[in-house]
Amino acid sequence: MDLLEHQGKELFASFGLPISPGALALTPTEAVAAAERIGCPVVVKAQVHTGGRGKAGGIRLAEDLEAVSRCAEKILGLDIKGHVVRRLWVEAATDIAAEFYVSFMLDRGTRRHLGMLSAQGGVDIEDVSANSPEAISRIQIDPSDGFAADDARNWVTSAGLPGADVSEAVEVLLALYRAYREGDADLIEVNPLVLTTDGRLQVLDAKVTLDSSARFRHPEYDAYDKTAPRDAREQQAHSRGLQYVGLEGNVGVIANGAGLAMASVDMVSDVGGSAANFLDIGGGANAEVMSAALEVLNDDPSVRAIFINIFGGITKGEEVANGIIEAMRRVDIASPIVVRLDGTNSAEGWNILRPRLSDRLELAPDMLAAARLAVGRAGGVQADSPAGAGSGALEEGAR
Amino acid sequence: MSIWVDEETRVVYQGLTGSAGRYYGLLNRDYGTKVVAGVTPGKAGADVDGIPVYGSVAAALAEIDANASCVFVPATFVVKAVLEAAEAGISFIVVITEGVPMHDEAILFSRLRREFPGVRMLGPNCPGIISPGKCNIGITAGHIAKPGGPVGIVSRSGTLTYQALYELKEKGIGCTTCVGIGGDPVPGTNFIDTLAAFEADDETEAVMLIGEIGGSAEEEAAEFIAAEMSKPVVAYVAGLTAPPGKKMGHAGAIVSGGKGTAAAKVAAFEAAGVTIGRNPTEAGELMAELVATL
Repeated sequence: MDLLEHQGKELFASFGLPISPGALALTPTEAVAAAERIGCPVVVKAQVHTGGRGKAGGIRLAEDLEAVSRCAEKILGLDIKGHVVRRLWVEAATDIAAEFYVSFMLDRGTRRHLGMLSAQGGVDIEDVSANSPEAISRIQIDPSDGFAADDARNWVTSAGLPGADVSEAVEVLLALYRAYREGDADLIEVNPLVLTTDGRLQVLDAKVTLDSSARFRHPEYDAYDKTAPRDAREQQAHSRGLQYVGLEGNVGVIANGAGLAMASVDMVSDVGGSAANFLDIGGGANAEVMSAALEVLNDDPSVRAIFINIFGGITKGEEVANGIIEAMRRVDIASPIVVRLDGTNSAEGWNILRPRLSDRLELAPDMLAAARLAVGRAGGVQADSPAGAGSGALEEGAR
Repeated sequence: MSIWVDEETRVVYQGLTGSAGRYYGLLNRDYGTKVVAGVTPGKAGADVDGIPVYGSVAAALAEIDANASCVFVPATFVVKAVLEAAEAGISFIVVITEGVPMHDEAILFSRLRREFPGVRMLGPNCPGIISPGKCNIGITAGHIAKPGGPVGIVSRSGTLTYQALYELKEKGIGCTTCVGIGGDPVPGTNFIDTLAAFEADDETEAVMLIGEIGGSAEEEAAEFIAAEMSKPVVAYVAGLTAPPGKKMGHAGAIVSGGKGTAAAKVAAFEAAGVTIGRNPTEAGELMAELVATL
């Protein structure tokens, strides 16, 4: 779960990190009121779940209240990489002497924590990593040891943060690590961590990804969840407890298990179609879950056919089949459905589905045939697909 | 032969009295797995369909002999349950539970590596392990696997693991052991651990690997295969068509910034001489062709 900048800064503030005084604003009037309290000059910053805000004109310096109003009007409603700006963070402007970079995340290779610190902040850290990797000082932290002040001190020395007070930097890094650990973050990134012209360190941006699995010990996650960026389809699926990701195509996909759902999306693309979504209904394919999934796809106007891909492990074929029939009874499905049902008791499941088959509900013998059939029902192979129009997949699938 | 579990494996089920623990524990016993005890704090003296329940793993081991455990306890208790099993002397711990926080997993892995170097943990958030015909620990439906060999399977995804077993069985190909390592960021056992075990196993002649987008486990596996493995590997990587920056269900399946994409993983495997299937069915077909030449 990704946090907005201001949410990340609020998290940081609760760990004693130095952030600029600021306030949230939803309208130009609120932005002006906030700037009045804080004192100009201020920076008006778009709060969206994406990077590149500065380049898109989503971060503006305002010298006086009139400028604050103008900036707020310009930024609100701005579309930044598909994210429309609905909220602003207004904060006191900082006089910057130098910009640094710091982050903590999991190094999956070593299964330890990885800290990265660089005197070259304020720019794309991937460029720094590619062009001058030696400019990034890395530290491996064993999770059961934690992060000691001595290690932090050596780290600061090796990164060489010109002008920064070493003890102050150590305090900031230790507090950031605590926010990473105690806040149950997957990732914490500050770019830039700035040195002000009067010699203090200040956290000027906050990129925080929280671990949804830790929700049970963080009641505050519920509030963050409400601002998570989801389109209408994703919101509907999320409210029904389904794992859903919206995609651009026209074949709706329902599968049990994330891997099988991903494989289904791959398969659709492989035979020349394009999936409208990824939807994992998890282990139980009962009528309740199946209805919810079908309703979500049914409300998506781009869906032209539905590909249900179920592999029964413990889940039994007859339960899946009954679930599909019950769901079709409850929901009036606009698109034709193609079912692939394999695994435990699949023959029993087929026997239940067979009398109901029509051009609205079809069975396919395996995953590949089902994907082909569904792509055919959705209008066929798309010209710009990797498999191309002449793959023959369509004809074969329709047999 | 098989790796890590066989007909001699004697398993304690931590959380046997819970609904999932009971359901799968009894299914595993029906399959032929030696399910020797259950452990639930506060429920010592109870039994689940004749399987004795103890209050702790140590208490169970005082009375019965066991060398593996299967953990079905809620996510909040996983760290405690695994360390309890390790301290009691269990050497192979399978954690089925999903939703364990990343930091808990990282600390658990670190402590096991230091304090219990002889202990292997599989999971968390994995379907378990099955040596067909011998031992099934976890939530795999045993009948979809054909006993024997010559193929070993290792997978990051649950349902795709079943799919792989099923594809092979349909083609009359047996499996020595099928290992689901799970899709979480800090797996107790990774691809490399499993590939090394298959490489050392006499009966395993080829390996089917199922990866997915996110992280760098597949790239590291590819390096290992190139450097250390003599046995052929067929792989499928799920998420070939996933858009960058989207999370698709698994905590581990995150694509960002060009790293961890399916394309990068496929390229790494191909460079290591691994045969790539574009989808699970094709991977099964390629494995069948390969097995026919062995």
